Amino acid sequence: MAITGLILIGFLLMHMYGNLKMFLGAEEFDQYAEWLKGDILAPALPPGSFIWIFRVFLVAMVVLHLYSAFTLWSRAKAATPSTYQVRKTLSETYSARTMRWGGVILAGLLIFHLAQFTVHSALVNGSFASTYADSPYKMVIGEFSLWWMVLLYAIWITVVTMHVRHGFWSAFTTLGANTSAKARTVLNGCAWAVAVLLFIGFMIMPVAVLFGWIH
Amino acid sequence: MATTANKLPGADYFTLGDKVADTKAPAGPIEKKWSQRQFGAKLVNPANRRKLTVIIVGTGLAGGAAAASLGEAGYNVLNFCYQDSPRRAHSIAAQGGINAAKNYRNDNDSTYRLFYDTVKGGDYRARETNVYRLAEVSANIIDQCVAQGVPFAREYGGLLDNRSFGGVQVQRTFYARGQTGQQLLIGAYQALERQIAAGTVKEYTRHEMLELIVADGRARGIVTRDMVTGEIETWLADAVVLATGGYGNVFYLSTNAMGSNVTASWRAHRKGAYFANPCYTQIHPTCIPVHGETQSKLTLMSESLRNDGRIWVPAKVEDCEKDPREIPEEDRDYYLERIYPSFGNLVPRDIASRQAKNMCDEGRGVGPAIKEVDHDGNEKLVRRGVYLDFSEAIERLGKDAVAARYGNLFDMYAQITGENPYETPMRIYPAVHYVMGGLWVDYDLESSIPGLYVAGEANFSDHGANRLGASALMQGLGDGYFVLPNTINDYLADALKFDKVDEDHPAVVEALDSVKERVDKLLSIQGTRTVDSFHKELGHIMWEYCGMERTEEGLKIAIDKIDDLRDEFWSNVKVTGVNEDFNQTLEKAGRVADFIELGRLMCVDALHRKESCGGHFRAESQTEDGEALRHDDQFLYAAAWEYTGTGEKPVLHKEDLVYEAIELKQRSYK
Amino acid sequence: MNITLRVWRQANAQSEGRMVTYQVQDVSEDMSFLEMLDLLNEDLTLKGEEPVAFDHDCREGICGMCGVVINGTAHGRGNSPVATTTCQLHMRSFSDGAVIDVEPWRAGAFPVIKDLVVDRSAFDRIIQAGGYVSVNTGAAPEAHANAVSKLKADRAFDAATCIGCGACVAACPNHSGMLFTAAKITHLAMLPQGQPERPLRVKRMVGEHDALGFGGCTNIGECAAVCPKEIPLDTISQLNRDLIASLFKRDGK
Repeated sequence: MAITGLILIGFLLMHMYGNLKMFLGAEEFDQYAEWLKGDILAPALPPGSFIWIFRVFLVAMVVLHLYSAFTLWSRAKAATPSTYQVRKTLSETYSARTMRWGGVILAGLLIFHLAQFTVHSALVNGSFASTYADSPYKMVIGEFSLWWMVLLYAIWITVVTMHVRHGFWSAFTTLGANTSAKARTVLNGCAWAVAVLLFIGFMIMPVAVLFGWIH
Repeated sequence: MATTANKLPGADYFTLGDKVADTKAPAGPIEKKWSQRQFGAKLVNPANRRKLTVIIVGTGLAGGAAAASLGEAGYNVLNFCYQDSPRRAHSIAAQGGINAAKNYRNDNDSTYRLFYDTVKGGDYRARETNVYRLAEVSANIIDQCVAQGVPFAREYGGLLDNRSFGGVQVQRTFYARGQTGQQLLIGAYQALERQIAAGTVKEYTRHEMLELIVADGRARGIVTRDMVTGEIETWLADAVVLATGGYGNVFYLSTNAMGSNVTASWRAHRKGAYFANPCYTQIHPTCIPVHGETQSKLTLMSESLRNDGRIWVPAKVEDCEKDPREIPEEDRDYYLERIYPSFGNLVPRDIASRQAKNMCDEGRGVGPAIKEVDHDGNEKLVRRGVYLDFSEAIERLGKDAVAARYGNLFDMYAQITGENPYETPMRIYPAVHYVMGGLWVDYDLESSIPGLYVAGEANFSDHGANRLGASALMQGLGDGYFVLPNTINDYLADALKFDKVDEDHPAVVEALDSVKERVDKLLSIQGTRTVDSFHKELGHIMWEYCGMERTEEGLKIAIDKIDDLRDEFWSNVKVTGVNEDFNQTLEKAGRVADFIELGRLMCVDALHRKESCGGHFRAESQTEDGEALRHDDQFLYAAAWEYTGTGEKPVLHKEDLVYEAIELKQRSYK
Repeated sequence: MNITLRVWRQANAQSEGRMVTYQVQDVSEDMSFLEMLDLLNEDLTLKGEEPVAFDHDCREGICGMCGVVINGTAHGRGNSPVATTTCQLHMRSFSDGAVIDVEPWRAGAFPVIKDLVVDRSAFDRIIQAGGYVSVNTGAAPEAHANAVSKLKADRAFDAATCIGCGACVAACPNHSGMLFTAAKITHLAMLPQGQPERPLRVKRMVGEHDALGFGGCTNIGECAAVCPKEIPLDTISQLNRDLIASLFKRDGK
């Protein structure tokens, strides 16, 4: 759970960095997209294969993450024969409480997100996203010009960053980094920082598109 | 043959039997006795140990340590406790520390001094040989506990810290913050769990021993009730060890756990085990005062508080209602420092307790005034509390240093009383804490029933008439780790030759039936009074007449009252529910029934001992300035009582106390 | 004070339970929570009803026997200004006329025996799996043979104060026993005496913990928040570190 989670957080940070290239204009962004699909690690790897290896790796991480989550979930369920009539929490955060259902929502929206931007099969605004297939830049502009699409994206990013908020701290704790009360504060601080960074980093570009700051 | 003891006080209440003596301690110089006994004891070869079963009742320091050690030795051990886990035994509540003659402080300590202090602290009513052995094994206890991972307090150099404790002038007490008992018990518990995992010990939790099985004159098993299902079962063995703790709950309010009881000991007593010195009760001076009638138990605060806290009451009666911080220094009476200048606040427990009572009796007590009924039936309001003041210590050491030493005790006080002890002095009052009396045992810890061994607080052997602080843990672990495993083998060596006892043996059937009958009887009375109301009434009688100060007149009144209470209990108690269920009322009822019988014996013992010694203060026997006065010419013996029947006169067997290594003195802490 | 209690009543492990409402009168604020239950039970007994079964023993917060969920938090931590066991919670923490809900620990590894009483023997099993130092009586070296730095001794002590009450499991949304297990791991891991068995101990204890049906830890922190002895959450990280390290050690299986 911890290792796959941290790898996925790493991916998110990278992805966010890539998204921010939108501010550098169409050429830069499209070039970056091209590079990702191009000859990374060539000639050690055949051109264009890196992206597929990377995708398989990411899917594996997601699957392992889901598997761990499901195991924990089923163990918790087995360990809960009956629920309290009254229950009050003292230290459980909202993000901690919503890890499981939040995770499910997150995964659902992830599929939509992939369908929209990677598989180009989601029907948006009466046409498939593949309309813009030749320029990822245009595709992003096209999709995020829709206010409801930005809203949906914002909801999703909120769910993702909340998941990261607890996940980041929890992963480091599981790996043994929570060595003292001070370390706990630091880890939770870092978790907040990463979550806020991701939220801002992912949202600033769609908002800019929506308001026409980049076009 | 028992003859009527015309010359002894209270002779109408008992008969005098033959003397009893310890036959196991070898002759010779005291420092050689234990090694000689270890050499002289018969051995059981490791292959034969597997064929021998030992029942151990209780999982505290003595029981847990004995079960683990005998398990390691290779015996089959069956271990029982009434709690849900062996880790709950009430040894866990001991706070202050454990004594050991390590002399790490280079302050003249030695085995002999620990022995001397313990005998003197016990007011010369303990058996010399047993106490010397306890002092001898004390150092091994610390080694053993450290090896188990007990986190004793340490200094910055990484070595063990020591502190001083009431009644002594050397620093020999090892401690683990204010939770020494907990840490020692967890150490023993872990050793025990290791043996359970290894299969040498079988643990039966939530099982209460309700009868001892004595077959052919030997202890051969017990009868228990499974507290979850109500099943009453018999367990057979080659020897039985009782490590069932003390009976302070006979006073209803005490610092003992709610479940602490005398049933195992009392049932053994009824089957022939002598009960020794039942009246020796320790009243601990530093407890949190009673708040009212609904109080269920008292909470002790470690007497280590007396190292830095100063005890006082207002010099003037009219100041008793004032805020203590407003009472000027000259109007405070630091009575222990005044009366005992050399020991001051560190006088032994019995003295500190009695002086607190005296101050309150004089009308100089503090805290809420509580209604009391005196001997003549008159109601009066008395403040039962004295101040324990840390303001001087906080000034001298700083608040942080005081918090580091006593923080958890202060927190506990604040939680219970709602007052902040860093700002206002604490109020304390004595409470029943420990009983020195218990089943009579010889040097091997064997009772008067062959094959029945008694360890820890449940036996009478080591503390005489008063126990020094930090010595209970020492005794429990000493008995369990080092004494029993080296003495019980002497008995077990012959056990393979004993006649077989099975479930059909008449003694086993009789024991089982008697338990069932008693349970049925308790459930069938269906009277109008709750078990607790009987227990409370018994407690009031005991505290009033057999508490810190006892008189012949009062004790006779108490005996009559207890007889009436017993009759009423067996005709008017209300026990709800059925046996075949988790039934806490039924559990309590059986325990209270035994407490009532024990209370009577305690009063008879207190009545016959017309002297003051240690925790037993007879008003008729005091010096001109109110100090306890012993009568060594008449009472230099342990009183071992034999049971003859409910309400019948018990038989007194005296064990003369012989002091060869120590000179008898009148105790003085002035 | 007068109090309205809603108490979980359940005849035994097999039967269904339900909340039953009782009125308790003349409660004094100096009474402990359990003394208030005593008062209720005296009243029920006189009426010929079965008293409420609850576990308790030392009543000074150290034996770990007592423990119920009060108003939705273990040991009533939510009503207490400081960390507490049920027996050390006092009625001054409640106001006159309060309605108080009382339930047993609920966890798969702690089946209900009756009313508020549960079976916590799973904790003993975890200790049996390795929560000890293997030293036979008599085999101990001199106590000063090993010095222990004060820092480590203190950390060991902080973890060793665990009373095994089970509040951590009761409060955990996953009903995990990780804090209990971690407290013992940390206690023994900090001391030189605990080192030889350290890798084996953590593997065995965590394995037993999982086999007994406790949930897994997701680092929520409810356990430490209700712990009457304030066992720090970082003990769980210590356990995880030791567990990871043990995977690279050859000791044990």
